[in-house]
This record gives sequence, structure tokens and C-alpha cells, in this order.
Amino acid sequence: MDQHREGRLVNVDLKVTPDRYLPHRYAGASGDFNPIHIDKEFAEQVGLPSTILHGLWSMAQVARACTNAAGGDPRSLKRLSVQFRGMGFPEQEITVTGSVKEERDGVVVVAAEADQAGNKIIKNVEAELSPQ
Amino acid sequence: MPLNTGAIGKSFPAFEYEVGKEKIAEYARAVGEENPVYFDRGAAQEAGFRDVVAPPMFAVVYSWGAVALPAVDPEVDLNFAMLVHGGQEFEWGEPACSGDVIGTVASVKEIYEKGGMGFYVFETASTNQDGAEVARGTWTNIVRGVS
Repeated sequence: MDQHREGRLVNVDLKVTPDRYLPHRYAGASGDFNPIHIDKEFAEQVGLPSTILHGLWSMAQVARACTNAAGGDPRSLKRLSVQFRGMGFPEQEITVTGSVKEERDGVVVVAAEADQAGNKIIKNVEAELSPQ
Repeated sequence: MPLNTGAIGKSFPAFEYEVGKEKIAEYARAVGEENPVYFDRGAAQEAGFRDVVAPPMFAVVYSWGAVALPAVDPEVDLNFAMLVHGGQEFEWGEPACSGDVIGTVASVKEIYEKGGMGFYVFETASTNQDGAEVARGTWTNIVRGVS
């Protein structure tokens, strides 16, 4: 909204720090109760350093960052494609950054990624935005 | 052991999901959304939606029950112990609003091996009560250590 000037898309830039209980809330909200996200003992038993974030929660942060850059209207996000890489963890800041790759027929194509402590947790993001 | 690719092309019965206003709000809060169109009926209608609208990534909520079908299908034979979510894509059409009844059909698009890993790609197509396409998803699951 205030980021959205004259129909142009500003750069994608969002910072968020998921709190310790976020994976529990996201599990309830999404229906994904895989114990690697909510049970520390289970996560450690299967070789993880601790519970990890849901990849689709992290993808939702990328979606939010892109939608906000297009002015905040959910109708502006037409397509979003991501690859999940390293694991994300609670209580560490995540930064989503991206920039316009090309514009064609009123659709803005954005390239982006999500980084946590130098670890790219989401890569090769391609978003198609149509600012409303 | 080569991957069993016999399930490629298989599609599954539609999974029906009725979108609720409080479920949208719960999801929107969990992912940090603050736009009032996700919480307030008046704000949503003023912005031109039929009712409170769901954030785009709410697609994972209404299509979850559909994509679970190939994931547990014995013919697909996905090894959950070695499974990671490799990639995800959504293409959105008509917005999903509170009160919508969304039917999602999942199918197996591809199964292949690359670099010692098994790639299981599922597709979902979600349609609302008016027959309009709401979202199309591509879910890439990777099974480590298949060879």
C-alpha cells in the first residue's frame, strides 16, 4: 500500500523471526503435525539438530513478502514457485529478499530467496505478480 | 532397486474442503498476515471480495487432504522416513473466500530418479463451487538414498 507507488513494484524485502511456539501454531493452522516440527526429542532421534520450521510456512513468508511488494492485495500474486534448501529454525531471523527480473504484459516476474543466518532456506524463487 | 513408476498418471478422488472465516484468520495469524481483508468481512467486501478472503498460501490448507492421497498410496510407495519436501509451486485463479466449497483432485505427475534420489511430483487442481479454478499446485517430494 504505502510501498506501492504508481503501479510499480518495489523490491521484495521482509524480515521475520518465528518465535519458539510458531511451529505449533502453524501445525494447528495448516494441519501438518509432522513431529519433526513440534517434538524436539523426535527431531533429535531422526538426526536433526532440533525441531525445524515447516517449509510451507517459510514459503508463506516469501508469498507475503511478494504480495506486500505488489501493494498487499492477495489477487496480485498469480504464481509462486520455490525450492526448499537448508532447514529453517525457530528463534532466528529470516530475511526474504528479491528483485524484479522482467515485466511482460502487465505481469512482473520476481526472483527471490529466503536466508536465515547465512543459510539459504528457500532458493530459486520465481513469483509472478500483477499489481492490482 | 529401480523406482516403481507404475503410478505415473494416476489420479485420486476429489477432496472437498469448506472454507471458514475463523480458519482463515487462524492461518493468517500463523503466517504473520495483517491485511484486514483476511480478518474482517466489511474490509474484504469493500475490497471487492465476496467475504473474508484467504491468503494465497491457504491453498496448502484446502488441498492438504487431496495431496495426502498419493502420498500414502501403496502403488506410489513413498518412503516417508527418507522424505523431504523439495519444491512447491502454486498458480492462483479465483480467490478463495469464506463459505467457498473447494474440491481438489490430486494426481501423480512424475516419478523419476536423479543423483541417487527419487523425485515424486504430485499435482493438485482446486475448483470452487462455481466451477472456477482457485489454485493449481505442483508438489515435489524427494526421497533420499534410493540407490
